[in-house]
Amino acid sequence: MNTRKTSAPALKVNRRQFFKISAAGLGSTSLAVVGLAPTDARAEVRQYKLTRTRETRNTCTYCSVGCGLLMYSLGDGAKNAKAEIIHIEGDPDHPVSRGALCPKGAALLDFIHSPGRLKYPEVREAGSKEWKRISWHEAIERVARHMKADRDANIIDKNADGVPVNRWVSTAMLTASASSNETGIITQKFMRSLGIIATDAQARVCHGPTVSALASTFGRGAMTNSWVDIKNADFILVMGGNAAEAHPVGFRWAIEAKKQRGAKLIVVDPRFNRTASVADQYVPIRAGSDIVFLGGIINWLIANDKIQWDYVKAFTNVGAIIQEGYGFEEGLFSGYDAEKGKYDRASWNYELDGKGQIKTDPTLAHPRCVWQLLKQHYARYTPEVVSNLTGSPQEGFLQVCKHLGETAAPDKVGTILYALGWTQHTTGAQNIRTMAMIQLLLGNIGMPGGGVNALRGHSNIQGLSDLGLLSTSLPGYLTLPNEKAHPDLATYLAQTTPKTLAEGQLNYWSNTPKFFVSLMKWFWGDKATRENNWGYDWLPKWDKMYDVLQIVELMHQGKMNGFIVQGFNPLASFPDANKVSAAFSKLKYMVIIDPIATETSTFWQNHGEANNVDPAQIQTEVFRLPSTCFAEEDGAIVNSSRWLQWHFKGAEPPGEAKSDQEIIGELFVALRELYRKDGGKLADPILNLSWAYRDPKNPTPEELAKELNGRALADIPDPADKTKVLVKKGEQLPGFATLQDDGSTACACWIFSGCWTQAGNQMARRDNTDTGLGNTPGWAWAWPANRRILYNRASCDVAGKPWDASRKLIAWNGERWAGGDVPDFKVDSAPAAGMNPFIMNPEGVGRLFCVDKLVDGPFPEHYEPMESPLGTNPMHPKVVSSPAVRIFKSDRERLGTHTEFPFVATTYRLTEHFQFWTKSVRLLAIAQPEQFVEIGEALAKDKGIVQGDWVKVSSKRGFIKARAVVTKRIAALTVNKQTVHQIGIPLHWGWETVAKKGYLTNTLPPAVGDCNTQTPEYKAFLVNLEKA
Amino acid sequence: MALQSLDILRRSATTTPSTQVREPIEVAKLIDVTTCIGCKACQVACSEWNDIRADVGECVGVYDNPTDLSAEAWTVMRFTETEENGKLEWLIRKDGCMHCADPGCLKACPSPGAIIQYKNGIVDFHQENCIGCGYCVTGCPFNVPRISKLDSKAYKCSLCSDRVAVGQEPACVKTCPTGAIQFGSKEDMKEVAATRITDLKQRGFANAGLYDPQGVGGTHVMYVLHHADKPQLYSKLPKDPSVSPLVSLWKGFAKPLATLALAGVALGSLFHYVTMGPNEVSKETEDEIDREDNEKEGAK
Repeated sequence: MNTRKTSAPALKVNRRQFFKISAAGLGSTSLAVVGLAPTDARAEVRQYKLTRTRETRNTCTYCSVGCGLLMYSLGDGAKNAKAEIIHIEGDPDHPVSRGALCPKGAALLDFIHSPGRLKYPEVREAGSKEWKRISWHEAIERVARHMKADRDANIIDKNADGVPVNRWVSTAMLTASASSNETGIITQKFMRSLGIIATDAQARVCHGPTVSALASTFGRGAMTNSWVDIKNADFILVMGGNAAEAHPVGFRWAIEAKKQRGAKLIVVDPRFNRTASVADQYVPIRAGSDIVFLGGIINWLIANDKIQWDYVKAFTNVGAIIQEGYGFEEGLFSGYDAEKGKYDRASWNYELDGKGQIKTDPTLAHPRCVWQLLKQHYARYTPEVVSNLTGSPQEGFLQVCKHLGETAAPDKVGTILYALGWTQHTTGAQNIRTMAMIQLLLGNIGMPGGGVNALRGHSNIQGLSDLGLLSTSLPGYLTLPNEKAHPDLATYLAQTTPKTLAEGQLNYWSNTPKFFVSLMKWFWGDKATRENNWGYDWLPKWDKMYDVLQIVELMHQGKMNGFIVQGFNPLASFPDANKVSAAFSKLKYMVIIDPIATETSTFWQNHGEANNVDPAQIQTEVFRLPSTCFAEEDGAIVNSSRWLQWHFKGAEPPGEAKSDQEIIGELFVALRELYRKDGGKLADPILNLSWAYRDPKNPTPEELAKELNGRALADIPDPADKTKVLVKKGEQLPGFATLQDDGSTACACWIFSGCWTQAGNQMARRDNTDTGLGNTPGWAWAWPANRRILYNRASCDVAGKPWDASRKLIAWNGERWAGGDVPDFKVDSAPAAGMNPFIMNPEGVGRLFCVDKLVDGPFPEHYEPMESPLGTNPMHPKVVSSPAVRIFKSDRERLGTHTEFPFVATTYRLTEHFQFWTKSVRLLAIAQPEQFVEIGEALAKDKGIVQGDWVKVSSKRGFIKARAVVTKRIAALTVNKQTVHQIGIPLHWGWETVAKKGYLTNTLPPAVGDCNTQTPEYKAFLVNLEKA
Repeated sequence: MALQSLDILRRSATTTPSTQVREPIEVAKLIDVTTCIGCKACQVACSEWNDIRADVGECVGVYDNPTDLSAEAWTVMRFTETEENGKLEWLIRKDGCMHCADPGCLKACPSPGAIIQYKNGIVDFHQENCIGCGYCVTGCPFNVPRISKLDSKAYKCSLCSDRVAVGQEPACVKTCPTGAIQFGSKEDMKEVAATRITDLKQRGFANAGLYDPQGVGGTHVMYVLHHADKPQLYSKLPKDPSVSPLVSLWKGFAKPLATLALAGVALGSLFHYVTMGPNEVSKETEDEIDREDNEKEGAK
């Protein structure tokens, strides 16, 4: 506008000003002139609205940063006042968020009061077009009867070999990653007692590959460092993620590193995103080619000798000798069985000496030592190959190499922030593995400011992973027994308790029997005895993994009858929504437990092109049970840095909504009654289940949290002096070191042991004292054992002296390891004893070569996405996509080709929204109201599309329609001498919304997942585009 | 009402002098555009704290939503894609009231006490005294105030005067995830800005600088820009804003004359106001002027 551009004006009045002032003025000024306007002036026009409200502390329910909240409710707590939350803002004491909240956190008020909140139990009868309100009593009775009927008819007692398997696979259950640990653990107990193994949590569609990749390299599958620690980095790479948008408040510590340390930040991504907007450099990349880029970095580091040798030689398996027979040729590792589409991994292993210890060559000259194999494997990944396959400009790639390479110095540290941009590929786990290897080569693991930082998605997805709410898991990363590998307890313990592979190593998993027996005592209490193998036969045994893709496939084949969905929106989250919808339509009953209305709960409603179904044809009975949200409950959730943070209830839930714990409690008690009264198949695990809660229908968060910690069932003697008692019978355990394998302790999740001790609830601690480098060990409680930076022994050299004096976290003080963090190590093991930092690995070191831990190779290799824009793999044209991928026949038939669908699509979140919930949040609907796709300028021009046009994006599996955001930020790339256009597709829309109605984005991606974890390939698939 | 919590420096259309004795600290909000990720947390926190909700709009092909300031949206993020020195940049500016030291809105306002400037620098609209004339809109060199369609009163960012009065920072400042928005004494904010500018210069932004335009006496909302030499890049942030000449004219000698003249038509106008509400520039006229302005721009 002209007024604002006029510089140094003389009395120059343009037409606009003239019109405005004369037209707007005349009528109304007169009011003041005649003295009708009020005249009293007030300082602060609006009075402060919180003066006598009640303040309650909570934790944000969305992402895994775990920001602290202050919730303000009407009323001062008086009995006669009904609390109503009127405002939420950040908790300034919180060490990570320090008062900040992202747009989603800032809009939480509108989530709590969303018009989409469910208030009463409802049922949609078979073939009906509408909901019907029912009582809780009717809801629980009907659901329990459905479950019992299906279980009695279909539970498998024994397999063909006569092994008791107690497996019920005709009803599946999804669990909620925004629910508390306490809800998670009671759900675990409930499900396994019934024999449910067709179960999954959002981790499956999210960070499953992280757990595989990091555990197979370092020993634990979690973010290595903490949010605040990012500030200690000299170099920050954001790749396979978009930290500024998905974790804005955690990302503040990257900005802090830039401001305070002068750190450099580089973003590698298919899109110039909001993280790139504050980066020092942006490097574009073709979606699905990350291993080429990262493999190229390994090659560059080796070629330029940017290796922190002292670290690598001492703390990795670089010198280990690998068995004869291991090899890699033309895209295939040794042991491939083309018929089964699987590898026999026997040859991917260490050569052992007579004592079962790893043979090593400290000179690294042996042709079969890891170093030589690594060099050879990545020699093919030259900068030219990288640029040709990724489309990244070579100079951009080399900049990343250079900056990372600088951190090979002991006093320079770099970090990586990644998320689903790496996990959601058929090569998801291997993407992350490659970076984990880079960080080992650079000596950046265990270091403040370093690590491989997996930025988890949901607020408690870390917790749900920890609690084993996945098909084949048990709490604390124990394995649910497999019918073939673990037919009995002795075999199970023998198979799952690793033997030390190098002298003097801690090999912490050697304690597996203590963890497992204590878990069984939690499940079945007094009924779990040595005589009955602690109830081993009651645990369900799996035949195959029932991940979400498998579950949907079975439903689609008509082999499932029931589906219980706790805080999950599978219709919107699972790939190939059309298939998912068809699968749901074949169910007998579906039970939704959720605070808000989801598309899943109304999959039977017709919503035009977005959900073109006929309700009359769908015979599924759907129950919808309203649950509380975070603000209406006590409990703990685990953030990405493994902090268990306790939160408090600030108000009553709306209508008749109940907590998840109460819903599960009521359902369990109803089922148990049916089995008691009427009998039924395999009733023992249900009737014998330990359910000693004060109110069996409503176990409290406190009761459950104490069970997570564990308690002594008998006096625990001190092993150093048997005359003394370490823990008295009935007391809470001080930590997992006191767990026993003789049935004298019960503990629901061994890694959480220490969270609620005799001293009380450690998760509610609020001492934010900085003990150095931003460490706040007095705030909340972190697993394991309140350690904040994993593998922190590796921050010191072999002699126990910090690699970098300015980054001293812990050190050997002559007697013990001590410092600002809890040592992730045996505290009294002197450096000379030779124990190594990766205490969960039986070899004690980090794995550059991950032996047989992953199904698709001990070294990461580039494979094209299942839908490749090239139609070939220039690295090995005979093996285009991953040979170890599991894909169902019906899904393979739904794959498209690059001739039909020429453009690469990638899906993602926007910072204004969280998955599919926040479209029910008005403030966020205002901030980002309508579905859109992002298209580069060149492609838009080709297709005659301009800003704001409606476009149709289609894949082999369906289509969506959305607005076009035409942008410079997605440039066309040249890959393998052809032009590749990429299309960005945010995923937040649907029909249960206060925003503009939209289509389910996940109609588009294929139902195929990461080889190791089956996390779907949402991040790279093929589409076509046209103007709508 | 609390008359003491914030000291008043100036009131619109008031000749009675304000109190002069107390000397509170001058405050400022610093928006570091170079560390802003455009997440809109400030937008949301502003609306949440102030209990306002704009309409759910549409996607118009860019990330900007709401697409403009309104009586229910007191701050909005404006996104611009540009190429500077051969490098793609996505410039994101939080737009809203600048809290000018020499506020054009207050100078233009004819209604006593509808616009107040506190001694700490905050310029606040007091809707109960607002007559909806729209002079503040004309008087603002940053095009910030908006007249509500619901009550025909002017609204804009208050710098959370209610929070500041009790010793808290504004809602947008507190919530900002990356610390791109900071709050403190104006002096401190200038120092913070200087540190940022040094860092930016080291990172190759030779023209990084502080936006604290002197044409309006400086502002209590300041920006750190990577390209301080080209503020127009940031969704047309004016290079040298100043109080509209017409407002100066109005305050200088025209206002007394006009007041006399207006008194004559007062009753008629009052009748008009009461029955019809305030007059507005028609949309058509606005559009026509916009077109002309754009053409002129294009010609330059």
